[in-house]
Amino acid sequence: MVKLSPFEIVKAARSTEKITTSDLIRNLVPDFFELHGDRGRLDDAAVIGGIGTLNGRPITIVGTQKGEDLAENINRHFGSAEPEGYRKILRLMKQAEKFHRPILALINTPGAYPDMNAEYHGQGSAIANCLLEEMQLQVPYLSIVIGEGGSGGALALACGNQVWMTEQSTYSVLSPEGYASIMWKDSSRVEEAAKALHLTPTELLNEQIIDRVIPEVRNAEDIHDLRKIIFAEFQKLEQLSATELVEQRYRRFRKY
Amino acid sequence: MPKKYSRPTATQIAERIKHIPDGIWRACPVCDAKFYFRRASSFNVCPECGYGFRLGAHDRAKMICDQFEEINGDLRTTQTYGQERYSQKIKQAEKNTHLGESVLTGIGKISQTKFALGIMDAHFIMGSLGSVTGEKITRLFEYATEHNLPVILFTASGGARMQEGIHSLMQMAKCSNAVKQHSNAGLLYITVLTDPTTGGVTASFAMQGDIILAEPHALIGFAGRRVIEQTIMQQPPADFQQAETLLQNGFVDAIVQRKDLKQTLHHLLKMHWEV
Repeated sequence: MVKLSPFEIVKAARSTEKITTSDLIRNLVPDFFELHGDRGRLDDAAVIGGIGTLNGRPITIVGTQKGEDLAENINRHFGSAEPEGYRKILRLMKQAEKFHRPILALINTPGAYPDMNAEYHGQGSAIANCLLEEMQLQVPYLSIVIGEGGSGGALALACGNQVWMTEQSTYSVLSPEGYASIMWKDSSRVEEAAKALHLTPTELLNEQIIDRVIPEVRNAEDIHDLRKIIFAEFQKLEQLSATELVEQRYRRFRKY
Repeated sequence: MPKKYSRPTATQIAERIKHIPDGIWRACPVCDAKFYFRRASSFNVCPECGYGFRLGAHDRAKMICDQFEEINGDLRTTQTYGQERYSQKIKQAEKNTHLGESVLTGIGKISQTKFALGIMDAHFIMGSLGSVTGEKITRLFEYATEHNLPVILFTASGGARMQEGIHSLMQMAKCSNAVKQHSNAGLLYITVLTDPTTGGVTASFAMQGDIILAEPHALIGFAGRRVIEQTIMQQPPADFQQAETLLQNGFVDAIVQRKDLKQTLHHLLKMHWEV
């Protein structure tokens, strides 16, 4: 395989050719049943969540969803969740905990949605609650970045016992455009910023920010392989007691 | 007979201006009031609207505590990610603030009531959340959990420490973990949001307090105003992301004038704490 530059990986991560979260979920767990709403205000379309069986084992899946065309992207805010989206995520995760279901979180988001209403409705508070509660979930929790992993909006889904990334995905504190504009007051220096941010899976694996790099999902065979490794990981994590799971997560994030 | 008034020449005016010390008149960045500097009082607030000017962490500690003893004061950022400019920035910030990082942590006492205290300082690289900032806050919570102490944290931050990239983001998760363990032990956590509290700090420990207080007119938010203007093309109103707006929307328990903070905190601590 040709080695891609950091900026090429950024472009690949954002590519519309990439499998969407909802396609990935429906292929991974064909019996997926979607659950909507934050039980407070509304249903944020940037977030999909629900239950389905993986090799016969019921699991909870949550993820950020970009649209496939402009109309859908406007509705889903290009995968940028509002506070209600983060509250939906947390609601479904707590539900998973109640029914002892493992949690799979799929991340493809440029970041939390930066608009006025999101601020009025407590974007900061909603993400803060995700971080606070997810750390203590007493069930296996696996996070996978499958496209863009942008900032706090991604971290709200990336508090897993394991955090993985697909080969052509990124995970960073902010976008290369944002970095270039803040650090150098020049948003055109994106390529340089992509390099400086160390946002590629290989670099993040070396820096122990993530635990594993997995292949891109392009066809049915890839789905089959992905299902196998996710199932194996859940089986491994289910060997641990609830206390051990929380303890493992504590240690995983304490080291930073 | 007194000398008749004559208009001073431009040179004379320039000469006179040279002898006027700086900082006699101050302007409030919130209500735009102009006032004689002494009217800000020892609390350093706007006499018109109550806005609290940004304080140094050591000054804040003196204002809040009868006694304060710093812990983990020797922790410093050593990993500068190969950026010469970053290490210079840290050195400059250390010199300006007399702090080792953007947060001062320690054990404070008001009268006989003891508590763990963290104070972020916006003068240290905009109070940004570096790895050592996160480490000091985490250790403060761990210390408090171990010694059965409540935590009071004054937040002031521009958000993530860009120079540290993803390591800065990880601090949000690390600190949240420590907050939760402290909370599970049944202990009290009070945050005081001061100007400005934004970005990753807002999206983690600032908003995780059992009780969340704020100073008048403090800027509190997640996304920056410019980001909202440029990406979503909205024009937020003047009171957008002000403490008062957050109070109205239900994200802050109370706004407390700076002069009343010490007494308020003492009162709240005592209601959770049998001495």
